[in-house]
Amino acid sequence: MEHIISVTVENKFGSLSRIAGLFSGRGFNIESLSVAPTLDPSMSQMTIVTSGDERIIEQIVKQLNKLIDVIKVVDLNESDFVSRETALIKVHTRSEDRAEALRIADIFRANVIDSTPATYTIEVTGDPRKIEAIINLLQPLGIKELTRTGRVAVARELIRSTDVQAKKVVRE
Amino acid sequence: MKLTGAEILIECLKREGVKTIFALPGGVVLKIFDMLHQQKDIEVVLTRHEQGAGHMAEGYAKATGKAGVCLVTSGPGMTNVITALADAYMDSVPLVCFSGQVPTSLIGNDAFQEADNIGLSRPCTKYNFLVKDVKDLAVTIKEAFYIATTGRPGPVLVDIPKDVSMDKAEFVYPSSISIRSYNPVYEGNKWQIKQAAEAMTKAKKPVLYVGGGVIFSGASQELIELAELTHMPVDMTLMGLGAFPGEHPQSMGMLGMHGTYWANMVMHYSDLVVAIGARFDDRVTGKVSEFCPHAKVIHIDIDPTSIRKNVNVDIPIVGDCKLVLRELIQILRATVNGDQRELRKPWWDQIREWQQANPLAYQQEADGPIKPQHVISRLYDLTKDRDPIVSTDVGQHQMWAAQYFKLAKPNRWLTSGGLGTMGFGFPAAMGAQAAFPGRLVLCIAGDGSIQMNMQEMATAVVHKLPVKIIILNNRFHGMVRQWQDLFYEGRYASSDLETTPDFVKLAEAYGAVGLRANKPSEIDDVIKEALAVNKPVIVDVPTYRYENVYPMIPAGGCNHEMILEDPPALKSKQSGTRQVAPKDSDTILTA
Repeated sequence: MEHIISVTVENKFGSLSRIAGLFSGRGFNIESLSVAPTLDPSMSQMTIVTSGDERIIEQIVKQLNKLIDVIKVVDLNESDFVSRETALIKVHTRSEDRAEALRIADIFRANVIDSTPATYTIEVTGDPRKIEAIINLLQPLGIKELTRTGRVAVARELIRSTDVQAKKVVRE
Repeated sequence: MKLTGAEILIECLKREGVKTIFALPGGVVLKIFDMLHQQKDIEVVLTRHEQGAGHMAEGYAKATGKAGVCLVTSGPGMTNVITALADAYMDSVPLVCFSGQVPTSLIGNDAFQEADNIGLSRPCTKYNFLVKDVKDLAVTIKEAFYIATTGRPGPVLVDIPKDVSMDKAEFVYPSSISIRSYNPVYEGNKWQIKQAAEAMTKAKKPVLYVGGGVIFSGASQELIELAELTHMPVDMTLMGLGAFPGEHPQSMGMLGMHGTYWANMVMHYSDLVVAIGARFDDRVTGKVSEFCPHAKVIHIDIDPTSIRKNVNVDIPIVGDCKLVLRELIQILRATVNGDQRELRKPWWDQIREWQQANPLAYQQEADGPIKPQHVISRLYDLTKDRDPIVSTDVGQHQMWAAQYFKLAKPNRWLTSGGLGTMGFGFPAAMGAQAAFPGRLVLCIAGDGSIQMNMQEMATAVVHKLPVKIIILNNRFHGMVRQWQDLFYEGRYASSDLETTPDFVKLAEAYGAVGLRANKPSEIDDVIKEALAVNKPVIVDVPTYRYENVYPMIPAGGCNHEMILEDPPALKSKQSGTRQVAPKDSDTILTA
């Protein structure tokens, strides 16, 4: 089963290779991995998309925790989370296709961020199914280049019962 | 006052209480060696190969419980020490390895003797550091020792570029250290410990399964107390030997692939396995799906990743063995009463039955070829009163040593368990001897593995490390030959060494003492003669070539299905060799 694991690490030389090395050395899957510094520049936030049965995921979480550079590990699948991915798609556009490309971009609320007489570069953000869908529609036009960020994810904030009660009071 | 990087390194080592380092120089570490040469507090043991330096540091660490320290140069120095780092990582040995690196300005330029030390050592160290600025050196070294010796111990590498060892900085050694992302858990969860205690009082057929974690945690005393209090049998892993006295009536000896019959039967038929500082290695579990089919499992370990890695655990306790056992004992003292012995009487009756049914056995004929087990039995009897430290290499001799040399105390057993590194034994013994010059240190080796680090005999002679090496010489890679006889229809592909050097002359060539026992009747005298010498000694014992280690659980086999003796086909094949005493030409081709 697919799991999204959020990892906070020390933002220093070698941290990324330690994590990548852990996955390759122990034969764990990495479907995607994205990393960037957090608000505190001494730390980086990683989102790792991986897969495996319960025991493998437990090992992945424990092994990540064991790495000296890792500060915090959260298996987001343990609660509710939201995730997004961005893709940049460079599409071939013959003159008769240009309007179609724009229509597709529009449907997916994607933006055209670069344009030449023969291409559009389209930026689209969403869950993986949405990205797959727009790629499928643009493919007949001819995709020249495609680059995806891999997913980033964050746990949904829990709605506390006190919040709900407060709202009820207001309604009443 | 400002000090150079090299001086800072030495000051740090002194503050960490390091008395001995194992080292081999090279271009980029010359400044460090130059400074080491000008001081007297730290002894430098110059090894003949960096692998030897690494294993010596391991032997030092295992015997003392403190971090072992080695120092190597860049490039080949680093690649040579990798085997020792990987070995230490598998067996959780606290080690701090300093490696030289080309000057920071040249890193990445494929400079002479450059290697990516950090990249090379990453998968076989607990952590590694590249020091890019001399101002960071002291803190880094403090962190290195802290990481190596706390939590689950392991090797740490500090890579020091040449310019860093020569640059100057103000020396300030931090008195304490805290790393926000590294906080090992020592105290076990109280609720879980209570659950464990309850399970232990109720179990009818429990077993304590103990590993090297007990030794590193210094929990032997607690283990003995717990075992006696609960009247439970104690199975030890290869790494756990010595954690519990081998001659104690509750000791089952070693379990696993070549463990005793009863140790494995106890595991298989138990209703409660209490694992302490052990990691359910495949050499212990055999076929995981049929491992301890009737048992509840309690697992006490400082490393959370060890828990539920290979087998399911009912009561996991993450913590330091010593602290957890103390708490367990405290709870059990209050709850356990005399009926534990009564409750477990049927279990013990069963165990004693197993012990009588299939004891460890070999047949030594007075004028037949020397049996390797006999050599170890005699060595044990003749040395046990001197509380020796025993190291081994890897293979048949290692398993026989584990079976027949019953260690009374922890930190006496130096062996390569996880990685199974041939060539480990001799340098490890030297490391222990360097730590305890007055103690008796034995190295039980095979003729195959001793040749993997033979060059260190020169080091032993120069540094007066009077290690006693006993070579069980069958001119085979014996364990490989055993597997070939059992599973490859007796085709000896590259396992027959055909000839070995004349180890007696070889010892003498190095300036050590060489002795040989040719007949069973000579063994005692030769061992006594070796013990009387205050020099490194090789005792070469040509043994019966086709002896196999039993019991044996075939790889992936189930724990209660052990091979206990040579299968009939093998027996008849070797019947011709069995009774014949070795001719001189059989044992040493060159003699």
